[in-house]
This record gives sequence, structure tokens and C-alpha cells, in this order.
Amino acid sequence: MPSRGLPYLLLMPAAIFLAVFFLYPFTLVAWEAFSGADGGLTLAHFATMAGNWKFSSALENTLLLAIAVVPIQTAMALAMAVLVTKIQRGRDVVLYIFTIPLGISDLAAGLIWFAIFDQTGFLNSALHTLGVVKEPVIWLGYQNRWVIFLAVMLAEIWRATAIMLVILVAGLGLIPKEYSEAAEVFGAGPWQRFRRVTLPLLRPSLQTALILRTILAFEVFAVVYALGGNNLPILMGQTFHWQFDLQDYHVAAALAMVILGISIGFTLVLLRVLRVPKGAGI
Amino acid sequence: MTDTATIRQRGRRLTQAAVVLLCGWVLGPIYLLVLNAFSAPDAVTGFPKRWLPGFDLHSLRMFVEFQGVAEALWNSVLVATLTMILSIALGAPAGYALSRFDFRGKTAFRVLVLMTRAFPLPLLALPLAVMFIRVGLDDTPLGLALVHTTLALPFAVLITFSLFSGLPVELEEAAWTLGCNRAQAFRKVILPLVLPGIAASAIFAFVISWNEVFAASVLTVQHRTLTAFLLTSLDVSPLPLKFAGGFVLVLPALIFIFAVRKYLFAMWGIANR
Repeated sequence: MPSRGLPYLLLMPAAIFLAVFFLYPFTLVAWEAFSGADGGLTLAHFATMAGNWKFSSALENTLLLAIAVVPIQTAMALAMAVLVTKIQRGRDVVLYIFTIPLGISDLAAGLIWFAIFDQTGFLNSALHTLGVVKEPVIWLGYQNRWVIFLAVMLAEIWRATAIMLVILVAGLGLIPKEYSEAAEVFGAGPWQRFRRVTLPLLRPSLQTALILRTILAFEVFAVVYALGGNNLPILMGQTFHWQFDLQDYHVAAALAMVILGISIGFTLVLLRVLRVPKGAGI
Repeated sequence: MTDTATIRQRGRRLTQAAVVLLCGWVLGPIYLLVLNAFSAPDAVTGFPKRWLPGFDLHSLRMFVEFQGVAEALWNSVLVATLTMILSIALGAPAGYALSRFDFRGKTAFRVLVLMTRAFPLPLLALPLAVMFIRVGLDDTPLGLALVHTTLALPFAVLITFSLFSGLPVELEEAAWTLGCNRAQAFRKVILPLVLPGIAASAIFAFVISWNEVFAASVLTVQHRTLTAFLLTSLDVSPLPLKFAGGFVLVLPALIFIFAVRKYLFAMWGIANR
């Protein structure tokens, strides 16, 4: 059987594709970010980027959003995953409902929460019915930046917890029941079993989920745009603005490098903090 | 004994309450969007809102008949279908190779695939926008589908890898001893068994493309996809249009997640490693 060359033949299309459309473009974007008009290397585009008055607030908002959203999502996803394992009847239905947001785009999620927070939206309607407010409040105006922030937070938690949940449920499925049962025999309560048995064994999945979710958190874009327009600057939105409205590809590329830098930095930190000890896997 | 029994029961009640609450948290906002999509335009802009649907199709009809929407819908379907075909055509052979052979460079390829996860992929659209203009792929469904394929391909590789790994090599070997060559054995024995899983990962690729906003908005100008169309017309479109658009965006996702629900966890279980 001529199988020596076969694996390469099968792998080649995907490898070439990733080289052309993944590796090569990233060298292009890096070059775009650092290359000057004379063809030499320059940091001028980064200076232009940092000089823009919206940059620092965009950076701040993006980081704050990730820091506010990801821990809540992790806790929620963990709780939901453990809950799912406890259900006897209707487990499939519950799992389906919990994972629905996985298929919903960030733009749609933004629009959904816009329906709630808009001036004529459901929040104001509820408050009006309850007699809390007489006139509809403008929640998403530039005066209430923190409400926009809160709305984006809710929309992100609502939409993107499912991805972590799926990874954690899959991870829980890999842990043999015997560990927990043994702990129970030795008198460990439910909380102790979760803290001392399940959580450590879940570490690889937790790491994957956290890395994936954190990177996605830095890419937040359409949710913010749908809810706050330009009132809440974020990095991805600024990138879009420089690329599309101002057509300055160099500065857009510089912003891309910043997002890339943060993503890689956080990935490395998470890899280190949640390091899986050798031989401790299942 | 009765004490532990009551504690157990209380625990079960608590679990049930938490589950109901969380289901409400997920479904509630979707209900509100559906409510808006099925209300008359003046009810959507009106205040205060009603809490029951009016089953009025005017908003949705207005959306579908709005200039550019039909084309955007068609473009979205086209790009997502191309993405689906490309990522399976490229990803499934790679997944098969990874699951069946040991060869030099295997680790390097796996690292390459995993690396795509550590990068904010929509940003690829920036350099590619320039590149596509040079080769004439700018503002075309194929150009965008190529970018979306970089998003979907790693998943396709990992999912098909897990599918093929789930089938024992002995099945194929048995077919070889019975006179099949490698290709026949694959087609007659392996393919029928993995087809549902491949269909699931194809659907997953479709959804990834259908939902993508950033690259679609950067790479299309005249031939907008639905997400790009909705995003770029956000500040000018009236409320009924936004919510009807949001509903049209969400609907396929609901159906697709339902279709692939069985594979979702198997997919991620293996992608963990």
C-alpha cells in the first residue's frame, strides 16, 4: 500500500490554505503596522494610533469588559455544567436551551439587548408599568456610558457563556465518576467534592475555555456597536473605523497588532497560571 | 435517615429552580426579539410595549422588501455555503490523515491548527482586503468565504479528526482483506459511518460564516452579507427593520444548533486535548 506519501497528500490542501490565508496575512498586517512611507521600519503608525483621543478609552473599555465579563461567565458556565449533570429528566432539552446562544451572532445578540435597553424598549416598558418611571429613560445615550457598558456586559454574558459551557460539559464527561464517589465514601460533602476533586480534574478544559473566551472577549465588536454606536469606543471598533472610514490601513494594522499582543499575552498568562502538571491528566 | 432524605429533596428543588431560572435567562431575551419581529411597525416604535405577540407580519415583510435585503440574504447564504464546502473539503482529509497516520510534521500541523485559536482571526480581513483588490477577489462572495474558511477550518479538522478517531482502524483493515482498496474501503465502510458527523461539522461551518460580522463588513462594499448590511445600516435603519433583521439572523441559528446538538459536546471534548 503506497501510504507513505498519502498523509501528506491529504494534509497538503489544509496546510497550504492555512499558510496562504492565515500565516501570510499576519506577516502582511505586521509589515503594514511597522512600515513607513520610505519602506523602512517605523513606529509612527503606533504614535498616530496612541495620539488619537479615543485610543486610551478604547483600550481601557476593551480590557475592562473582558475583566468584568470573563470571570462571571466562567462561574456561570461552571455552575450550569454541574447543574446539567444533576438533572435526571429533560437533560437534553435543558442542554439544548443552554447552548442556543452558541449559534447567535454577536450582532443579533446586540440587537436583542437593544430591544430591551432602547428608549421605547422593554426595560422602560416594565419600569413604566410598575410606575417607577413616568417618561421613558434614554439608557443608551452618551451621558450614561456606564449603562451602555452594563448592557454590553449583559449581552456578552448572555451570548458567550454557552461556548465555555460546552467545553466544560465535555470536560466533565471525561472525568470518571469513581473519583467523586471515592471522595463521598471518605465523607466529602458536595462542595468539597467539587472544590477538591472535580475542579482540579477539570483544569485542562477550564484552561481551554478560558483562553478561547478571553481571546474572543478582546474581539468584541458588533455587540458594542449595536448597543452604543460610537459612544463606547473599543479596540475592534477603532480598527474598523481606521480601516473603513479613515482608510488608513497602517493605523488599522497597528491596532490589530495591539489586539494580537493582548491576546497572546493573556494566552501565555493563562497557560502559566492554569498549567496542567505533567502526568496529572486523566 | 429522614433528615438526609429531606436535604436531598430540598437540593433537588433548588436544582430545578436554578435550571428554570437559567432557561428563562437564555430564552427571555429571544422571546422579546421575536415579540418585536412579529409586531406591527408602529407597535415596535410605540411605548409602552405589549408583552404578547401580535402575529403581525408587517415588520418582517417591510424588512424582506427593503432595498438590498434580498441580495444581502442571498449573499449570506452563498458565502456560508462556500465556507461550508471549503472547510469540509480541506478539513476532512486533514482530519483523516491526523487520525490514521503517524508521520513527520504531524505535530507541526496540529500546532498550526491550534495556533489559529490564539489569534483574533477577523483581523485577517485587514491585509486580505488589500490582497484581494490585487487579485480581483475584493467584494466577492468567494473572497469573504476564504476568510470565513480560516475561521471554520480548524474546527472542521478537529471535529473530523475526532470522528475518524472514533472508528477503529480494524474496520478498514477488514475491508482491505476482503478485497477493497484503500479508497473503496473508505467510501463503503468509513464514509457512511462518519457522514452524520461530517454533516454536523458542515452545519457548524455554515453557522460560523452566517454569524460573522467584522470580516464581512470590512471585505464587502456592494455585495454585503446580511450581518454586514445590518451593521452598516444600524444608525439609519428604523427600529422595526433592526429587530426583524435580528430575528432573520437568529432563526437559522436556532434550527442549526438543534440539528447538531448531539455532536456539540463530542466535538468539544476532543478539541480540548
